Amino acid sequence: MNSIVEYYLSSIGKKIVMSLTGLFLIIFLVEHLIGNMLLFANDGGAKYEAYSAFLVGNLVIRFIEIFLFAFICFHAILGVWLWFVNRYKRDTGYKKYRLRDNVPLASRTWTIITTGSFIALFLLIHLRSFFWPVRIEGGHMSEYDLVCRAFSDPLYGGFYLAAFILLGMHLKHGFQSAFQTLGLRNRKFTPIIDAAAFIVWFFIPLGYASIPVYFFYYSQIGGR
Amino acid sequence: MNFTLHIWRQSSADSEGHFETYEARNIPGEASFLEMLDILNDSLVTDGKEPVAFDHDCREGICGSCGMMINGRAHGPGRKQATCDARMRMFEDGQSITVEPWRAKPFPVIKDLMVDRRAFDRIIQAGGFISARTNAIPEANAIPVSKPAADEAMDAAACIGCGACVAACPNSSAMLFVAAKVSHLALLPQGQIERGDRVQRMVAQMDKEGFGNCSNNYACEAECPKEISVTHIARMNREFLRAKIYER
Repeated sequence: MNSIVEYYLSSIGKKIVMSLTGLFLIIFLVEHLIGNMLLFANDGGAKYEAYSAFLVGNLVIRFIEIFLFAFICFHAILGVWLWFVNRYKRDTGYKKYRLRDNVPLASRTWTIITTGSFIALFLLIHLRSFFWPVRIEGGHMSEYDLVCRAFSDPLYGGFYLAAFILLGMHLKHGFQSAFQTLGLRNRKFTPIIDAAAFIVWFFIPLGYASIPVYFFYYSQIGGR
Repeated sequence: MNFTLHIWRQSSADSEGHFETYEARNIPGEASFLEMLDILNDSLVTDGKEPVAFDHDCREGICGSCGMMINGRAHGPGRKQATCDARMRMFEDGQSITVEPWRAKPFPVIKDLMVDRRAFDRIIQAGGFISARTNAIPEANAIPVSKPAADEAMDAAACIGCGACVAACPNSSAMLFVAAKVSHLALLPQGQIERGDRVQRMVAQMDKEGFGNCSNNYACEAECPKEISVTHIARMNREFLRAKIYER
């Protein structure tokens, strides 16, 4: 068998695909967050829309975008597949099983699959709200106006906040897990990875959460 | 001390199992979990009933035979102990205790609490050894080994192959066991010659036996009676990647 195919089919190979796609998605999360911070520029969205136009018009970004969508699908489908396969590795379940004594909440199998599924649902709704009107329908509203309108609805904003809390949990397990899979967690690197993990799972979702909160407040005080 | 035991009874590999409830009376607090089962079995035999079958050998925590799931925890409620190390004083008087065999497809039940762990043997046979000519014993200082490598290899070699990692893992993954063996030999000069082949063959055999995929939740490390660290799994992942890139 071709050694790359053989490698991918092995249990460690699948783990490495999960970890590399996951790390790529984390890089995207950082880039997307930095771009979104332009929403706070208080210039009626001018800088944000210029940045958005730059992304749409840049061929390299459009090329990377293809990989982004592919990796999201790959990460999600492989994750669900592994969860499904792993369930059948124990045909008779335990009557008593105290996983919670040994494993923190974020790392339990049930948490990972649930938070991941919710994030997938969030992504679909997020794409429908922002990607679809701008890129597919070629919208009548500016991106900035879309953001203002969407987050003036507390239900919609609340859904985003819930998704970011779950994203934090998913990252809490995922980030350190990716480095463990790549073989980089050892006595030397683990403290560095754990410190970076805190920044990733706490500050990235917090940064994202600030957007719906800010724009809801903005709508309440009579902004657009 | 008195206990109510709910024990998995299964007369053979092919038969259906079920839980049966027994009362264990006048158990000394210093009795080990296995001694408590011995006392129970004595009373079962006296009453003309079939005793509970369980694996055991050394009864001092080094052979890895006596694994069972006790109240949902591999080897019982304590840390860093095999079932034979668990003392009945760790439980409360009058407590209900559920005792089950290891549950994993590659570990089929043979009888009651005994499971077939030969899947581990086949993984070792696939590569968990060094090929050496059996001659006179070489001079001990002829092959230098650094102290940190020797210590780390010794930590990995402490694995007794009890199967608690598989039993505790929600995915029934055997990564900690295989990693301990790969890591042990990869750290020592004697293991270098077959280093790449070993990890590839052992991982292939592990997958073939039907163990689950590791999801890095580290339940294995928490339940390991010998405290094998998951850093060995990271080393195995590294070894595997290295072998796939540089070898064959």
